[in-house]
Amino acid sequence: MESKSEYFEDLKIIKKVMEESSRFLSLSGLSGLFAGIIALAGAAFAVYSFLDGKVLLSGGFFSAGKIRELDSLKIKLIAEALVVLMLALGVSVFFSYRKSVRKGLKIWTPVSKRFLVNLFVPLVTGGILFMILYFQHHWQLVIPSMLIFYGLGLVNAGKFTFNEVFYLGLIEIAAGLLSAIFPVYGIIFWCFGFGLLHIIYGLAMYRKYER
Amino acid sequence: MKVDISGLSKFFENRVRLGIMSILVVNDSYDFNSLKEALGVTDGNLASHIKALEENGLIKSRKQFIGKKPNTSYHVTEAGKQKFMAHLKALEEIIKSQ
Repeated sequence: MESKSEYFEDLKIIKKVMEESSRFLSLSGLSGLFAGIIALAGAAFAVYSFLDGKVLLSGGFFSAGKIRELDSLKIKLIAEALVVLMLALGVSVFFSYRKSVRKGLKIWTPVSKRFLVNLFVPLVTGGILFMILYFQHHWQLVIPSMLIFYGLGLVNAGKFTFNEVFYLGLIEIAAGLLSAIFPVYGIIFWCFGFGLLHIIYGLAMYRKYER
Repeated sequence: MKVDISGLSKFFENRVRLGIMSILVVNDSYDFNSLKEALGVTDGNLASHIKALEENGLIKSRKQFIGKKPNTSYHVTEAGKQKFMAHLKALEEIIKSQ
């Protein structure tokens, strides 16, 4: 029979192995922090350089009569949105990779694949819907669809990483639904959901798990 | 306080077996190479413990091909899950009893 301390060691191993094999723990809080900063910078850039400070996608600005002259603006906005998305994804991957190296975790595991599939099925669906709504001029639904599908992705993927991701997803969904009720404030909800929430979440996660 | 350690199994005293079972009870299935990386053991060492677990009906294997590469994945049986959870519960009882 083993000694008590060995049993204790056994339990510790079981807990560690269970957690590392069923949860994607490399996800870094810094990814959230910098993705949020990039989102806010992107929104500020769009509002001040393309839109002359006018409120974006509020339905009032993109009124039906102005759509023809807005064609070039639409392309510029989409291009900028893609750049912001790529930068945000880039920093997320960078900081998560860095965390995995520091903590000696494997980044490409069965659970990290499951995490990505569960995140990206709703996310890509939302992305395609976003393009459809955008080019069919359903401005009022563009921002709600981004926030809601992103939130659904987080709720779905939350099972395979830190529990906090699940709750972040719920708040994103709520922000998306509210932005559908109050379309005039669309850009504000967008900045809250993709900017502020990410910054708060990222800082909290960094302080809790990585310092 | 009387400590119930009847669930304790000598079979799980080995840390590699303990690791394999810990992974398989929280995942639907896990393939050989991922098990190897997660536990940091050699091919031969892992294979011998997997064989022992399989022969005792605690886990089952499923062979398939991903592209042209053969890939074997493992999942825990109902009996294996029960036996492991009983072992885990007994360990917790022992720790709590001190």
